[in-house]
Amino acid sequence: MIGAGVRIRGDGSTARHVISALHDVYVVTRRNLVHIAREPMQLSDVTIQPVLFTLLFVYVFGSGIPVPGGSYASFAIAGLLLFNLTTSSMGTAVGLTVDLRTGIIDRFRTLPMWPPAVLVGRSLTDALTAMLCTLIVALSGLVVGWRPETGPAAVLAGFGIALLFAYALSWLAACVGLWAKGVETAQSFGFLVLFPISFISNALVPTRNMPDWLRTIADWNPLSAVTAACRTLWGNPNPSALDAAWPMQHPVWAAAAWSAVLLIVCLPIATMLFRRRTTT
Amino acid sequence: MADLMVEAEGLMKRFGSTQALAGVDVTAHAGSILGVLGPNGAGKTTMLRILTTLTHPDAGHARVAGHDVVREPAAVRRNIGVAAQDATLDENLTGRQNLVMVGELSRMERKQARARADELLRTLELTDAADRILKGYSGGMRRRLDVAASMMTRPPVLFLDEPTTGLDPTSRQRVWTAVRALVADGVTVLLTTQYLDEADRLADRIVVIDHGRVVAEGTPAELKRVTDGARLDVTLASPHPRAADALREIADGPLRCGDDGRHISAPVRIVPGLVTRAVRALDDAGIELEDVALHQPSLDDVFMRLTGGVRDMTPAVTR
Repeated sequence: MIGAGVRIRGDGSTARHVISALHDVYVVTRRNLVHIAREPMQLSDVTIQPVLFTLLFVYVFGSGIPVPGGSYASFAIAGLLLFNLTTSSMGTAVGLTVDLRTGIIDRFRTLPMWPPAVLVGRSLTDALTAMLCTLIVALSGLVVGWRPETGPAAVLAGFGIALLFAYALSWLAACVGLWAKGVETAQSFGFLVLFPISFISNALVPTRNMPDWLRTIADWNPLSAVTAACRTLWGNPNPSALDAAWPMQHPVWAAAAWSAVLLIVCLPIATMLFRRRTTT
Repeated sequence: MADLMVEAEGLMKRFGSTQALAGVDVTAHAGSILGVLGPNGAGKTTMLRILTTLTHPDAGHARVAGHDVVREPAAVRRNIGVAAQDATLDENLTGRQNLVMVGELSRMERKQARARADELLRTLELTDAADRILKGYSGGMRRRLDVAASMMTRPPVLFLDEPTTGLDPTSRQRVWTAVRALVADGVTVLLTTQYLDEADRLADRIVVIDHGRVVAEGTPAELKRVTDGARLDVTLASPHPRAADALREIADGPLRCGDDGRHISAPVRIVPGLVTRAVRALDDAGIELEDVALHQPSLDDVFMRLTGGVRDMTPAVTR
C-alpha cells in the first residue's frame, strides 16, 4: 500500500548496511562539492594561497636563507606543501560548524541515513581539496625550479604521506569544529594554533640556527617529520637529517606514526562529539 | 492497537527552567490527520521533535509506526517524513537538488528520487523555481519545499510543523491538497498549526496544547460543543422595553444586553426557522431591527476559552 512503486534500497545484511553507509557518504560528499562549485572562492586557500606563498617564500625568503646542499626552492616545496595543507585543514572545522548551525543537520537526523556520513563526507571533501592543493603546490614548485630527484614510486609515496597526514589533521580539525561553538572559534584555532605550529618547524627554514629549546620543539613537531619524510622521498635537501632527534632520523616512520596517532585519537573523539552535538 | 501510528504517553521535557512538556498524551490512527493546536511556546514543536527522534523526552515514551522513538530511532526514521519549522534544507543547492538528496539519503534510487521530486515540484507549484538556489526562494517557497521534502518517500507517517505559516491562501490550498492526497493513500499526518480554520478543515481529530499540557482533545465538532454553543446577536434601531421579553422565548439561557440597550445577545440552540421566529417575535412586538446575526461556535471560541483567551498568537511571550 504505502510506498508502492518506490524501491527502497538496503535492508537486512551487514554488507547492505555498509553499501548504504558508503552511498550516504557519497551523497553528502557530492553535496559538499556542489557547494564548492557554487562558490569557487572557497577554494582560494588551496589554490591561490599556495601559489602566493610559493612565490613569496621562494623569492623573498629564499634569497636570504642559505640551504646546505641545494637551492631554497628545492628545499622549500615540501615545507610549503605541508604548510598549505595544515592551514587549509581548518576548512573541515568551519564546514562542520556551519552545517551544525543551520537546520540542515536536523533534516539529516530525521532521514534513515547513516548519521556519521555527514562527518565522513566532510573529511572526504577535504581530502579531495587537499589533493588539489598538492597538485597546485607541485606545479608552482616546478615553475620556480623545484625538482624531485628520485623515481616515480618514491615521489608518489612522498605525496601520499603528505596527504595521509593532511587527512589525519582534518579529523583533528573536525574535533575542533564540533567542539567550537561558532565558526569564529574554529577559524581562530586555525590562526592561533596551527599557524605558529607551522612556523616552528623545519618546513620553511633550516632549524640548524634555532636556539636549542626551539629546535627541540621543531624536531618533534609532526609537521617537521612529514616535511622531512617528503624531502627524503623526493631526494631534496634535508638538513634536519643531521639532527639527532628520533623523528629526524626516521622521518618516514615518524610521519606515518604521527598520522596514525592523530587518526586513532581524533576519529573516535570526533564521532563522539558529533553524536553529542546531534543529541538533545 | 496496530492501527495506532502515533502513540505518546506522558511526554515530559524541560529546558532549563522551562517545562516545555508537562505530560502529553497523543494518539493518531492510521490514515487520519491529527491537528495539534496551540499558541506559540505551548510545546507543539518540542512534542514534534520528540516524535521525530530529534529530542529525547525526560520522561514518558512514544511509538511511531510501532517503533519506540528513543530505542529504535532508525526504524522510526524509515517510516516518517518531516517538515520542521525552521527551514531544514540546503541553502546552496537548488530546490530539485535538495529533494533528490533527501530522497537518496532515504534509500530511494536516484532515478526514482528524480521522478518523485519532479512530481512534488509540480504539485506544490515549484517547477519554475526548481533549478534555482534556495537563497533566492521566498519564505513561502521554502515552506512548500520543506513540505515536498517530507513527502519524498511517501512515508507512512508525516509530521508537519506549521506547514502553512506564512503562506498565501493559494499556496495554503496547495499544501492542503497535497496532504489530503497522501491521507487518501493511507498516510497518517500529524500537523501543528496556529490556524484554527486549518485544523477545522483538515484534521480528523484535534489536540489543543497549552503550557505543555493537552487541554482538550476531540473531533472539531466535539470541541465546538465544549463552548457555549450558538449565539443570536440582535441590534435594535433604538432601545425597546419589550425586546428582551420577545427574545427570551427563543433563548436557551440568560440574555446579555449591551449598555446602550440596542445590542442583545441570546444563547440559542440552532433549529430550522430559528432566525425567522426571532425576527417575527420582535416584529410582532413592534420593534424595529437594524441587524440580526447568528454566530455558530468556531474553533476560535474553543481555543480562546481553553487557552485562557487573553493570550493572542503573536510571537511567544512564554519563557
